[in-house]
This record gives sequence, structure tokens and C-alpha cells, in this order.
Amino acid sequence: MKAARIAPPSDDKRWRVVDATMRRHGYHAHALIETLHATQESFGFLDEDALRYIAATLGVALSHAYGVATFYRRFTLKPRGARHTCVVCTGTACHLKGAPALLDALHRRIDNDPTNPPVSIMAARCLASCGLAPAVVFDGKVVGNLTPDLTIERIEKWLSDES
Amino acid sequence: MPSSVRVKTLRIDDLDVAGDEQQTIFDVAIEHDIPIPTLCHLDGLGAVGACRMCLVEVTNANQTRLQPACATPIEEGMQIVTNSPRLQEYRRMILELLFAEGNHVCAVCVSNGHCELQGLAQSVGMTHVRFPYHYPQRSVDASHRRFVVDHNRCVLCTRCVRVCDEIEGAHTWDLMGASSQTQVVTDLNQPWAEAETCTGCGKCIHVCPTGALFEKGHSVAEMHKRRQFLPYLRAMREREL
Repeated sequence: MKAARIAPPSDDKRWRVVDATMRRHGYHAHALIETLHATQESFGFLDEDALRYIAATLGVALSHAYGVATFYRRFTLKPRGARHTCVVCTGTACHLKGAPALLDALHRRIDNDPTNPPVSIMAARCLASCGLAPAVVFDGKVVGNLTPDLTIERIEKWLSDES
Repeated sequence: MPSSVRVKTLRIDDLDVAGDEQQTIFDVAIEHDIPIPTLCHLDGLGAVGACRMCLVEVTNANQTRLQPACATPIEEGMQIVTNSPRLQEYRRMILELLFAEGNHVCAVCVSNGHCELQGLAQSVGMTHVRFPYHYPQRSVDASHRRFVVDHNRCVLCTRCVRVCDEIEGAHTWDLMGASSQTQVVTDLNQPWAEAETCTGCGKCIHVCPTGALFEKGHSVAEMHKRRQFLPYLRAMREREL
């Protein structure tokens, strides 16, 4: 079912990426996740206007779009405050290979730092990179076979670039 | 009778029964007055098999599995046990977990006395909860002119989501978040009064098994749910087919 086309919420050029994604999938409702990904990547987060626009264009219910956007940890409804993100995989393989120790080390380094470093630490269920366990995504780049020391080393590089 | 209907024979609790291949274990059991407890299932709504209250022991080809009766189609030669010490233990545990993860205080609830969660707890002989209570911080939305949603009493059965989508066709309700953060939302998690897709039909109120959805103007134990419309609508649809 093709929904009646409506205009994007603003004349921001980034909507073209979103539109192209929806068009590529023939405006089918099942393109929802793909479209949310495109929007998240273009804008960094999903605001209410974006969700309304996508839901109306794909013909899915608002609550359904909201449900999907909040179910997956990769989507955020608010702009991220931190300049760097560090996603630790806590899937089974990574857990066994020491992901808790990585998280522990990261939190100890970042949380107690009085300078409030611009790094946000997150945990993901499984990155589907189990062969690299334990894996961490540093600003969108997957790095595997980590130890707490190696992980902190990467963070320190960011922090020294900042100062 | 169209010849395309295939009949399957199976055994439920030492009773030989037959059913149409499109029926579920639950449908066939009900037809033969074999009780199976349910919570998320409601006649006239699609099955999700979310609550696992209707788990039964299914033996087929020498393998015994636990399967939700409401969402499992019947198969030829199935041997089904609907009530065993193991199933009773699991059902009681599921209920205890539901009580532990919400804030269910019967004494002050509009549905006290006609709540399905309460009724199930009584029928399985649940006397206490062996798990630590979570006491989650949950909100109440009374913004709607006629209705209230109290998330403290919600068991996430999704009956409201399904009735709004399948019967009313508004799809105002859906689930947001994951795991312990899951809750039902109207539209973009707006106050109910501002949810523009809501038609105010009140079907969600009446399918809700607990006091999570209720009509204003009802005090403790005064909220009776009326569900006559569901079997009626189902019968009408079947007649059209």
C-alpha cells in the first residue's frame, strides 16, 4: 500500500537521504527500521517530527513507530550530549570473554573524572561480532579482542585530543 | 460443509478429541470443556502467546515440549497434558513474577473482585510471592476525559494494543521500550488526551484484564468489564467469510 506522499518536516537536505531510503523500499511498512536507521544516521537522533513524518509516509501507526524507535538501543530520541560514544557488547560471547571487566574499567575511568569527559558509555546486547569477543564500538568502529587496559588506552587518546 | 476442512485427531488429558486443522489447542480444549488458564488470550483477538499462562505439555513424535495452547495449532496424534504438578508450578511462578514486577495493590484497585490477575492467583492457589518485589516507579495518565491508564497495574498482555489495532482499527496503543522498561503508550508516548488517533471508543478499557485501564467515576472494586462485543464481532466476521 502506497501512502499519500507528504512533504518532509523541513527543507533540510538530510531528508533526501530519508526519502531515498523509503522510496527504495517502495514505501512499505516493513521499511520502518531501515528508515529509522537512515534518519538516526543523518540527524543523530529521532525527534517527534521525524517519527511523525516517517509513520505517515510508510503508513504505520505513530505508536508502532515510537515502539520500534524505543525498543532498539541504537535509536535515540534525544541528541546525544557526549561527543564520543563507546558501546560495550554484553552478549554471551563477550560476557564470557570479559566484557564486564571492560565496562567496569570504563566506568571507573569516566564516572569519577571531575572534568566530566565527553564520552558516553553504553552497553549493547550483541553486536553479531562474537568472533571478536570482547568487542567495543568506539564512535561507530568495532574493535575486538580487547582488554581493560587496551580499552582505556583508546579512551585516553580521545581525551588527550580534547584537551 | 466444504471438503477442504481437514480434521485432526489428538488426545487432551486422556480424552480423544478432534478438531479442524486451523484450530489451536486452546480452541479444541474449550470446545470439550477442558479448562486452561489464560491471561493475554481473549476470544476474538489475535493470539500472541505472551503471558505463558496457558502452557501445556505437548508430546508429539516422542518429544515432550511446553507450548502455549493459545498459539499452537493442533497436529495429528498430539498428546496433551493441560494440568500437571510441573505446569501448576510454572503457572504459579509466572503469576508471582507478574505481581513482583508491577505494583498490584488489590485493596485500592477499581478492579478488585473482578480482576483476571487476582482471579488467576486465587485459582492456582498462590498464597505469597517468593520473589523480591520490584516496586517500579510507574506513572498514571488521567488526562483523557473519560479514561485512565495506571501503568502500575499493567501486566503487558497487549490486549489493548490488539483490540485497538484489530477491532477498532485506530492502533493508538503500542508497546515502547524493552525488558523492564516496557510499557504501553498512546501515539508518541503523549498524554492520552492528546493522542489524536484515539477515537475514545473504550474497547481497550473493557478488554484490560486488570485495573490498568478503567473508566473515570469508578471507585474501588466498581469497575466491571463488558466484553460482549468481541465474540459478537468475531461471529459477524466469520459469517462474512
